[in-house]
Amino acid sequence: MSGTDSKISDRRKRNNIMIGIVLFSFVGLVFAITVAKMMAGQNMEAFDHAVRPALEQAE
Amino acid sequence: MADASVIETGHEADFGDYVALLKPRVMSLVVFTALVGLLVAPVSVNPVIGFASILFIAIGGGASGALNMWWDADIDAVMKRTQGRPVPSGRVTGNNAMIFGLWLSVIAVLMLGLTANYLAAGLLAFTIFFYAVVYTMWLKRSTPQNIVIGGAAGAFPPMIGWAVATGSVGIESILMFALIFMWTPPHFWALALFMNQDYSKAGVPMLTVTHGKRVTRNHILVYTIALVPFALAIAFTSIGGPLYFAVSLVLNALFLKGAYDIWKRQEEQAETDNYATERKVFRISLYYLFLHFALLLVEATVKGFGYNMAAWPQWI
Repeated sequence: MSGTDSKISDRRKRNNIMIGIVLFSFVGLVFAITVAKMMAGQNMEAFDHAVRPALEQAE
Repeated sequence: MADASVIETGHEADFGDYVALLKPRVMSLVVFTALVGLLVAPVSVNPVIGFASILFIAIGGGASGALNMWWDADIDAVMKRTQGRPVPSGRVTGNNAMIFGLWLSVIAVLMLGLTANYLAAGLLAFTIFFYAVVYTMWLKRSTPQNIVIGGAAGAFPPMIGWAVATGSVGIESILMFALIFMWTPPHFWALALFMNQDYSKAGVPMLTVTHGKRVTRNHILVYTIALVPFALAIAFTSIGGPLYFAVSLVLNALFLKGAYDIWKRQEEQAETDNYATERKVFRISLYYLFLHFALLLVEATVKGFGYNMAAWPQWI
């Protein structure tokens, strides 16, 4: 591999690692939000094209 | 082949270029004011929900920055201050900046809706629309009052933060909005006075270019005077207090004095000392806004510890 090639692949590797970190952090954040909402006792059900008795009671 | 073209031109976007599209420095102001809006609200927020909400507000603000850089690449290429931005320098294509901005906007608004509530999400969506469409695409190139109305985009974050906590809009959040909204014109016009050359080269109708510096100086004074009552009124709401009021009095006196000095000066004087007064007032205006919001945070903290001054009037 020539010098330019390895420099480019190094840069791509660095960029890919950063994108990976961002995506995994996002997954972790959504999980944390879910846990926080459930611990607060909030209703986790939503409209799902079918009758959901729990939703009607909540309102 | 894609690889070959990359080697030929030597351009390939780095992760950092996409971060730069989000305008991190503007973002820091958005984060700060939104955080204050959230923390001074009378409803406490779960720290995880609060953190995530501020993050999504920041991402939404960043997304509107990316859309702005996509649309304004031609202006940015001409102005010295903005030539190095990712789009004009060719590191990110305009099309990619647009797609990046649009997707981040959608993600930020949806996630804020799911995390906090849909009022906050709606306000965020409106802010992005206002900055990207109303300000960037329409007003910026068509009227010298561009920053007066465009300033609304920068004024929304504390209101969104407040909405995250309370799920509503209150007089307090409207006054925080008004504080930033009224502060923006004198702040930017002071900058425009000593950055004039750049704006005229790019053909952006800044007030200094279209109506001259004398008119701009008059405008700075009038808008600063109009700003004062909004800043002081916050002291007499549920989020204000004696500490805020005392420091606000000093800050407003300083800013008014600065605006008066700018108004009094002739252009020749300013050119002789390289706009020393204008630069000083610009710096004062930065402290002015930062300290007002910092003090709201201090008031909230003091009240959080139970030190409530019962005699302090709450008129609004």
